Amino acid sequence: MSGIRLAVPETATKGEIVEIKALIRHPMESGFRRGSRGEVIPRDIITRFECDLNGQRVFASDFHPAVAANPLITFHMRASESGDLTFRWIDQNGQVWSEIASILVS
Amino acid sequence: MMRTSAIACSMVLASCGDASDAPEPTEIAPSDIQSGYTFLTAQTQTLQDDPFENPGYLWVDRGEQLFNMIAGPAVPSCASCHSDGLIGVAARYPSVDGQTGALLNLEGRINQCRTEHQELAVLPYESDALLSLTAYVAKQSQGAPLSVSIDHTNRQFYETGRDYFLTRRGQFNLSCQQCHTENWGKQLRGDTISQGHGNGFPTYRLEWQSLGSLHRRLRDCDTGVRAEPLPYGDPTYVAVELYLATRADGLEVESPAVRR
Amino acid sequence: MMSVKPENFSPTRRQLLTVGGGAILISTVPLKAFAEEADLLRARTDIFGDRAIQEGRVTVKLPPIAENGHSVPITVTVDSPMSADDYVKRVAILSPRNPLPLIAEHHFTPLSGKAEVSSRIRMSGTQAIQAVAEMSDGSLWSGSMETVVTLAACVVL
Repeated sequence: MSGIRLAVPETATKGEIVEIKALIRHPMESGFRRGSRGEVIPRDIITRFECDLNGQRVFASDFHPAVAANPLITFHMRASESGDLTFRWIDQNGQVWSEIASILVS
Repeated sequence: MMRTSAIACSMVLASCGDASDAPEPTEIAPSDIQSGYTFLTAQTQTLQDDPFENPGYLWVDRGEQLFNMIAGPAVPSCASCHSDGLIGVAARYPSVDGQTGALLNLEGRINQCRTEHQELAVLPYESDALLSLTAYVAKQSQGAPLSVSIDHTNRQFYETGRDYFLTRRGQFNLSCQQCHTENWGKQLRGDTISQGHGNGFPTYRLEWQSLGSLHRRLRDCDTGVRAEPLPYGDPTYVAVELYLATRADGLEVESPAVRR
Repeated sequence: MMSVKPENFSPTRRQLLTVGGGAILISTVPLKAFAEEADLLRARTDIFGDRAIQEGRVTVKLPPIAENGHSVPITVTVDSPMSADDYVKRVAILSPRNPLPLIAEHHFTPLSGKAEVSSRIRMSGTQAIQAVAEMSDGSLWSGSMETVVTLAACVVL
């Protein structure tokens, strides 16, 4: 629950294009940094972000090491129907974080 | 002719090295005092001002959870005593503990509360939990002007902090004063030198890609002039925090700020 | 026969120069810069194949000077109706100078409504970030913008 922030409008009119923001706390360790003893700090990044409305894909991204730490993504959706927006982040090891936000479309 | 003699005079003064002959260290004129915010690019200022996009709020969120959390069956949560939410408290820190006489910053006070009133273990300095709690408490004073006053209870800490600020150190042999009071606004490579205030801490520093404490910044400063940094939580750094708070008198608390 | 143990073999510059005239060129030309451009082109081909890329319809917005190369705000906008039969399928964000040329790949659908995405990226130095968009009809469009990225003044490491 903690470590994820979503900005989703609670309501929208049908056909309206709404802005959606999703932020997750994650170091996005690039794999190019070195520690204090000169050792390479291993890569540890989120590789995929997906947003679906009622199971239908709205937007997705493939993240690579040059995506900044604590990645923020701002995208849009044409409001079509009410329902649940599912947000999913998947890291390089397959670990998944997810969050749901509801939207009422009239 | 006059110009040559003026230069000769200043050269003699510089080579003297006698502290008693040195002029009184300058201070930034009150009307010139500016937050580090004013030295940021427009995009970074917008980032700090946006409570959604400012990454520092990820720690404030977690701090709020910890503040309200009940850690054990007989353990009061922070919120159960501090139902007022500690509004405006951070603006008066560092402050002297009435019982022990020690100077405490927010981190020190949080840990003292934990051991004294909650019977919980001390949180290690710069740990995620302590950063989160400090960020949450500091955020409750956002917008409040710093107001730390010096009297007989804290004067010796003030002097220690001020002394550290004025002393040259490191391989570069530079004092905080030289960059941040005497040369603020000038370029240091690609950066414009700020006045070195602490009103935005704990801060999300882009260089760290994380939220961090003022002690982390002071350690970076010391390392920057190739001096040995003091350990996290060191009383001298807390004294420096006190001096910095008076030096930034009137500036608003901006925590969690964003800095480069 | 002289045996050369790999761990002891460290050719001097003189030895390299005497190997051949071509070696003189190698020591004066900044190979690194060309290699990074080639990396971007190779990544582009890997993603989109050999199809022609036209400049236009894609706008990359970056601050003129980055506060810090660790986190630079970027907005990519593609001119498209985003209708069911005319929309942007994906946009690849590429760097000619980072250790890896591909920064991110964004996938849109007609449900996206607007082909615009904002995020924060890492940039290892001043460079022009390029965005290549693939439309639903298979056509490719690109845009780019340069931003200045400097090192922190007091470098700690």
